[in-house]
Amino acid sequence: MSFSAEAGQRLAADAQQIIARYPVPRSALLPMLHLVQSEEGFVSADGVEFCAEQLDLTAAEVAAVATFYSQYKRHPNGTYTVGVCTNTLCAVMGGDAIFEELSEHLGVGHDQTTEDGAITLERVECNAGCDYAPVVMVNWEFFDNQTPTTAKDLVDELRAGRDVAPSRGAAKVCSFKEVSRVLAGFPDGRANEGVQAGGPTLEGTLLARRNNWTAPAMAAPVPAVPAEQVAAETTAASAGASGSDAPSVPAGTRERAGTVAGKPAGEATHGSQDNGSATTPPPKEG
Amino acid sequence: MATTLTPVLSAHWDEKDSWTLAAYERHGGYRGLRAALAMDPSAVITEVKDSGLRGRGGAGFPTGMKWSFLPKPDGGPRYLVVNADESEPGTCKDIPLMLANPQALIEGVIITSYAIGCHKAFIYLRGEVVHVYRRLLNAVAEAKAKGYLGDDILGSGFDLDVVVHAGAGAYICGEETALLDSLEGRRGQPRLKPPFPAVAGLYARPTVINNVESIASVPAIVTGGAEWFKSMGTERSTGFGFFSLSGHVTRPGQYEAPLGITLRELLAMAGGIRGGHQLKFWTPGGSSTPLFTEEHLDIPLDFESVGAAGSMLGTRALQIFDETTCVVRAVERWIEFYKHESCGKCTPCREGNYWMVQVLHRLERGQGTQEDLDTLLDICDNLLGRSFCALGDGAASPVTSSIKYFKDEYLRHVTEGGCPFDPAQSALFQGAHAR
Ligand SMILES: Cc1cc2nc3c(=O)[nH]c(=O)nc-3n(C[C@H](O)[C@H](O)[C@H](O)COP(=O)(O)O)c2cc1C
Ligand code: SF4
Ligand code: FES
Repeated sequence: MSFSAEAGQRLAADAQQIIARYPVPRSALLPMLHLVQSEEGFVSADGVEFCAEQLDLTAAEVAAVATFYSQYKRHPNGTYTVGVCTNTLCAVMGGDAIFEELSEHLGVGHDQTTEDGAITLERVECNAGCDYAPVVMVNWEFFDNQTPTTAKDLVDELRAGRDVAPSRGAAKVCSFKEVSRVLAGFPDGRANEGVQAGGPTLEGTLLARRNNWTAPAMAAPVPAVPAEQVAAETTAASAGASGSDAPSVPAGTRERAGTVAGKPAGEATHGSQDNGSATTPPPKEG
Repeated sequence: MATTLTPVLSAHWDEKDSWTLAAYERHGGYRGLRAALAMDPSAVITEVKDSGLRGRGGAGFPTGMKWSFLPKPDGGPRYLVVNADESEPGTCKDIPLMLANPQALIEGVIITSYAIGCHKAFIYLRGEVVHVYRRLLNAVAEAKAKGYLGDDILGSGFDLDVVVHAGAGAYICGEETALLDSLEGRRGQPRLKPPFPAVAGLYARPTVINNVESIASVPAIVTGGAEWFKSMGTERSTGFGFFSLSGHVTRPGQYEAPLGITLRELLAMAGGIRGGHQLKFWTPGGSSTPLFTEEHLDIPLDFESVGAAGSMLGTRALQIFDETTCVVRAVERWIEFYKHESCGKCTPCREGNYWMVQVLHRLERGQGTQEDLDTLLDICDNLLGRSFCALGDGAASPVTSSIKYFKDEYLRHVTEGGCPFDPAQSALFQGAHAR
């Protein structure tokens, strides 16, 4: 162990906090590997040794885990990991061109770090931002709808040491070490920064609002009825004994809510194998 | 237009503070929890069962039924684990949901835990989305401060602690048993089933694993009731869900609609295919679901209809590609993904994906032969049904379906000595040059 005495002590205290979250200590291993990355910027042999000691595992057991996951780095990482999504959707929309131009611009390839230690360039897999393609991640913050030009500007800013704000994320991109500490489960107080959503996330919400489309209105909150009674009511409703069990839909919703309840059975979105009968009786007007 | 949107989880995402507890409560948040706590836990399970909710993580297993598979309490712990690994290519619904409205997930976690008798729940989030992790940690802290989490929740005598855990980059950890191994601090490799997680899951204890969207839908079901939920969707694919449009569409994004809506309807809402272009192929539910083409525009996007048409509803990840896109290039890249993400535990997947990448590479480079198509189909035969987990099965989907619909295009790569497409035409910006 060659962490300084101070670092060793501080990290051990953090490690105990992580372990305390779980019923079984070994569950703390993944967050603890993020923790050692927050100290050294990668998972070093010392980092592996530290985790092994804390969890009473062998170094081999820890190393086997550390090498399985792509976020754990085996070499000192740059201050910023710039990950270009080159999974199919983003690649086709321009991610391949972005990666190429960035690689040329920075003079490094996949999983390599610029000489100034600022940037580690990576190809990353789909990062669940496909509706914002092409996507670039910087230290696991979203930079949406990128082009080769915006991506090159972005890395230039980062290399110049200026703060850069992601499209959807904190007010600025934090360093690799800082972000690693968050991923170990230690909040940095930035949760309330940034937007709630970007444009594509809101497409459906806003379209529905413009068209007055809503889900069917809920009846009064369900009373706490015993299970048997609920079952009985369900049977009654589906037998069509009474339309009054159907959710109360305000007049006009009939034209709006695109659901089985809100339109004639013939127009309902039934699968080809369905018999076309509505699951609930059409709502009464008013 | 026959079908319209039914925003429930996304109804208030356009409010600037939508992720806060205050915003969530402003719109009826935690009404479901209060209703649930007044019910018998078994009645909550019955309500969810009656709603017909089916898992939103891809496989579509009935959620209430999954909960009822837990063995009778034996005094030991039982766990709820939320699968927030969202990594299936094309899938991009859980991440924006947790960014904009994490409290819906937390309320769902509390109600579900109450229903199944769990006092320690876990949310396993993929590690590559740090701001989502911040929002989730914050949501748990806010809920705790308000008495929705912790001891004696709302005076009910029910206790619950929620741990939000960040993964570290591995698609396979979305597979539920690999996720459990990963959460136990191991390499994420799938386990043999049975025993199923309901019997021996996390720490070999009874465990329910559900997708983010499944659990986030629970509060609305409890508040609105099973009948309300069933008033949306189709008879066997009930309720609402996110349809995530990406790719060559005018307005990609999240569209929350009743199951059974069609791509034609969704495209009309999203402004159609980008100007001047036509639909070529699309995935109904991520890269592991067989490709569809223009002829499938009117297939109702519900579990049964998509299955009957030869694909799977999956995660409703609609990746849309227009006529500028080379299908061989698209498939090659997906298979590179499966090769990279294969956990290596079983031979068909570890070796099969490796070889498929070689074959697809040489086809794209114009060094392929007609026999290469048979080789690909042979390998897929060895993957499908012979892999240890569904990752291997899924890898066969894009290959077999693309050969089925676009055999001529594969052959053009052979006869024309390479890829006949210009990647710059598919990109969204000018000047994108060839790879
Ligand atoms: C390779 C692979 C990756 C998966 N990834 C995810 C995922 O990211 N999120 C998810 O909810 N389910 C994923 N699943 C499905 C899960 O195994 C499981 O079916 C699901 O979490 C159950 O939740 P549900 O019933 O609520 O859908 C994946 C399955 C496989 C085989
Ligand atoms: S199919 Fe692939 S991912 Fe699944 S167990 Fe086999 S090698 Fe691992
Ligand atoms: S393919 Fe790039 S974010 Fe999904």
